[in-house]
Amino acid sequence: MSDATAVEIARSVNAGESSAAKRARAANDRIAERDGVIGAYLSVTSELARTHAARVDARIAAGERLPLAGVPLAIKDNMCVTGTRTTCASKILADWIAPYTATAVQRLLDAGAIPLGKTNLDEFAMGSSCENSALGKTANPWDLGRVPGGSSGGSVAAVAGGEATVSLGSDTGGSIREPAAFCGVVGFKPTYGRVSRYGLIAFASSLDQIGPIATTVADAALVYDVMAGHDPMDATSVDRPVELASPGLREDLRGVRIGIVREFALTELDPAVRAVYERAYADLEKLGAELVEVALPTAEYGIATYYLIAPAECSSNLARFDGMRYGLRVEGRDVGATYEATRAAGFGDEVKRRILIGTYALSSGYYDAYYVRAQKARTLIAGDFAKAFASCDAIACPAAATPAFAFAAKTDPVSMYLMDYYTIPMSLAGLPSLSVPCGYVTPAGGTSPMPLGLELSAPLFAERSLLGIAHAYERGTRHAEARSIPDLPRTAVAR
Amino acid sequence: MSATLDAAAAPIAIGGVAYEVVMGIECHVELKTETKMFCGCRNVFGAEPNTNVCPVCLGMPGALPVPNRLAIELLVKAGLAFGSEIPAYSKFDRKNYFYPDMPKDYQISQFDMPLTQGGVVPFWLPDGTHGSCRLTRIHLEEDTGKSSHASRDGRIAGSTHSLVDFNRAGVPLMECVSEPDIRSAPAAVAYLEALKRTFVALGVSDVKMEEGSLRCDVNLSLRPVGQEEYGTKTEIKNMNSFNSVRRAIESEMARQAEILENGGRIVQETRGWDEAAGTTHSMRSKEQAHDYRYFPDPDLTPIEFAPLDVTRLRESLVGLPQARIDRFVSDDKLSIAQAHQIVDTPGLADYYDAATALTEKPQATANFVLGDLSRLANETGVPAGESRLGVESLAEIVALVEAKTINSKTAKDLIARVWSDGGSPREIVAAEGLGQVSDSGAIDTLVAAVLAANEKSVADYRAGKTKVMGFLVGQVMKQSRGTANPTLAEERLRAALGDGAE
Ligand SMILES: [Zn+2]
Repeated sequence: MSDATAVEIARSVNAGESSAAKRARAANDRIAERDGVIGAYLSVTSELARTHAARVDARIAAGERLPLAGVPLAIKDNMCVTGTRTTCASKILADWIAPYTATAVQRLLDAGAIPLGKTNLDEFAMGSSCENSALGKTANPWDLGRVPGGSSGGSVAAVAGGEATVSLGSDTGGSIREPAAFCGVVGFKPTYGRVSRYGLIAFASSLDQIGPIATTVADAALVYDVMAGHDPMDATSVDRPVELASPGLREDLRGVRIGIVREFALTELDPAVRAVYERAYADLEKLGAELVEVALPTAEYGIATYYLIAPAECSSNLARFDGMRYGLRVEGRDVGATYEATRAAGFGDEVKRRILIGTYALSSGYYDAYYVRAQKARTLIAGDFAKAFASCDAIACPAAATPAFAFAAKTDPVSMYLMDYYTIPMSLAGLPSLSVPCGYVTPAGGTSPMPLGLELSAPLFAERSLLGIAHAYERGTRHAEARSIPDLPRTAVAR
Repeated sequence: MSATLDAAAAPIAIGGVAYEVVMGIECHVELKTETKMFCGCRNVFGAEPNTNVCPVCLGMPGALPVPNRLAIELLVKAGLAFGSEIPAYSKFDRKNYFYPDMPKDYQISQFDMPLTQGGVVPFWLPDGTHGSCRLTRIHLEEDTGKSSHASRDGRIAGSTHSLVDFNRAGVPLMECVSEPDIRSAPAAVAYLEALKRTFVALGVSDVKMEEGSLRCDVNLSLRPVGQEEYGTKTEIKNMNSFNSVRRAIESEMARQAEILENGGRIVQETRGWDEAAGTTHSMRSKEQAHDYRYFPDPDLTPIEFAPLDVTRLRESLVGLPQARIDRFVSDDKLSIAQAHQIVDTPGLADYYDAATALTEKPQATANFVLGDLSRLANETGVPAGESRLGVESLAEIVALVEAKTINSKTAKDLIARVWSDGGSPREIVAAEGLGQVSDSGAIDTLVAAVLAANEKSVADYRAGKTKVMGFLVGQVMKQSRGTANPTLAEERLRAALGDGAE
């Protein structure tokens, strides 16, 4: 089956050929039909969708034209939307109702998007499979026995499973790009500071970035264009004009230099996976791009660096969940005991592990050896990218080393951390980076072909160029058109 | 004798050895901004609990801080007033610890790159000596909320629950850290007063200790005079007035001296001042000190100060109180107390300066300004500068008194009258004949009348009760409507009574 894209929906609703109310109803029906199996949503906000749709239709009737008129939108459940349960997939916030709306979400709603619901994630966005959610299990729509990836697993599965036209994810070390690759959709992380973080519940503040997930590059560009730009409520949001990406979408890659990273040798990959990426690089060339080899000698330190900086920031960011003002509270005999009981009961293992690592990395006596050194490594990694971009316009590499894996396949944390090997260096450098579908492999023991994603990354604030290149690749290869959501078995996925 | 500049720092004899006290002071001062440090909530004292709050200052999930540029500039002005250096680059750090009145369970503060570094706070001590204390740094941070505990004495022990008011959470706070240069309790108070009058003059803060907009901790230790190494210090907290700072220091000095006298050791700890008991008590020892795990706040970008900004702020510093005090003491020869009093009364220094420029008689002007004018300002609630007694009028009065045209009684009456009704003192004196009567013929007439009307007093005087002279002079003054020259009146009375005795 093939659904309408956001671009098509907005056109038809603005033209009066369709209505936001109709779109909202259809999307809601689709969720009712499928989400019992996929489990993308933690809460479905049908009532909110209805009121928003009515408002959008009224505005269209009054003569307004809205860039996202009637576009059904799923929102990762670490973003605040007034009056909605906003949980971060954690027991500690299981019943918390957000009193305000995140800037990025507000901009999409103002532009006519319809909020369908809040999607599942690894608790506090910490994970690469969505299995760290304390509140629900999300399956990969391509193979229900496999993970959707993470942490934005719910948002990606919602789009891949046809339960939303577009969605919002957040990416700290690959949390949009890796699941997008696993589920065969486009997942885009803009430059750090390009999209406001106000209302995004922080995991690692210096890395977190909100980005769009869509079935096409054009849809991702449409959403990006609406939400990018300076926000006075976020001191780290960059105050410089946004170069709209939609007008930069191109059909070929003539004159484009694409960097292939020497250190990311495809020979280390499974032969079938390797063949897909070799073909992808060849397709880039066929479309007119010049492939150049670039070096990222410090990229291999990305994971070690990331797993000091991100936990350090998270140990401080998550301190506020202490049972005093909101969220779960487990009473102890005094304040200290209440803190301990609340946090022991409220946080899952992975969150606790990262809080502990981060607390340690910031402790007196260890700070210089860990946190300060990691910051220096981060600077070196960013420097490597800057050098590489002197000889290319974008860098291409795998978004992940494997297709989606089966539930419970990765039991030790480090093998899970390695899933973000190709995405973390770009996060540390703050670069715009995306995953676009690039082919399929049938994994050993698997029954159906699973998608793979090509990661394309560009210099800071080169979103327009990056999305343009991705669009040319998407149109030239038509992997997205080959995409068809498999018929979902009627057996409900355990939630 | 101690070699310190501070004459108030008399050495303390302990076991036959002369000791001196060494103190450094950390002050937390709430900045007077319209809005809080990192959000748009109003910064006001005394509102209903939890009415000036928002997702940011409540530390709601996902909320982010945005720095208040005005608060940064106010702090930099405060530093510039004391000659501090303003580094081109500064940053905010997170100080991590759990506390129920701290919404994020970390405080945004500054660790290793404060907004200002160095500087000197000069001050005058009441005994007329000059002192100074170096500043280590001034940094910016956010205030916490305020807890109150539901127990009989308001303490946490024995309380069933606690209430937190977050109105104060996120209010901009500057922390001024001094070097250990202070050597006596009066010097500590003089230092704090110097900070206060500068902050008030610059509009940086209200500095109201009773409202908690200035809070200070004193680090205090004793060491033998001449020894370079510092003794073990204690940190004293919870003082709520300059007077309690003085008392707390004296009490803690005595406590430490007694321990040393008895051969004991000082324990490094935090001690709370108990206003009612007049003593300090142990709060927590440093062994339990937190590891605050400071790190740069990733939600905030570094603060950069262009030299032009610093120049602009430096140029905005005019009429700094310390410079005025120095001038009043050195050039005008006022006493330290007079100089402080003039500078510490809002608007009075400007009035005094303008009036003195006309009178060229600083001491006489100061006497009127601090005497009659301050009394009238208190009684009427109108500051001198806003009364109808302009500086020209005061200058006329000073000149009339200096020329002995009017006596001090007339001057006092004139001041009160012009204060409320306005008018030219010189013209009033001329029109109503209030000029001092120094013509002995005219006075003799009054004297004769007074003596005739007060036979009893005359008899008493002659019987040796010379005290009645005052009464008789008063009667002459009354008859003259205050215009008689009192010295001459007494002279003529004595002459008249002496004549009669003969
Ligand atoms: Zn606020």
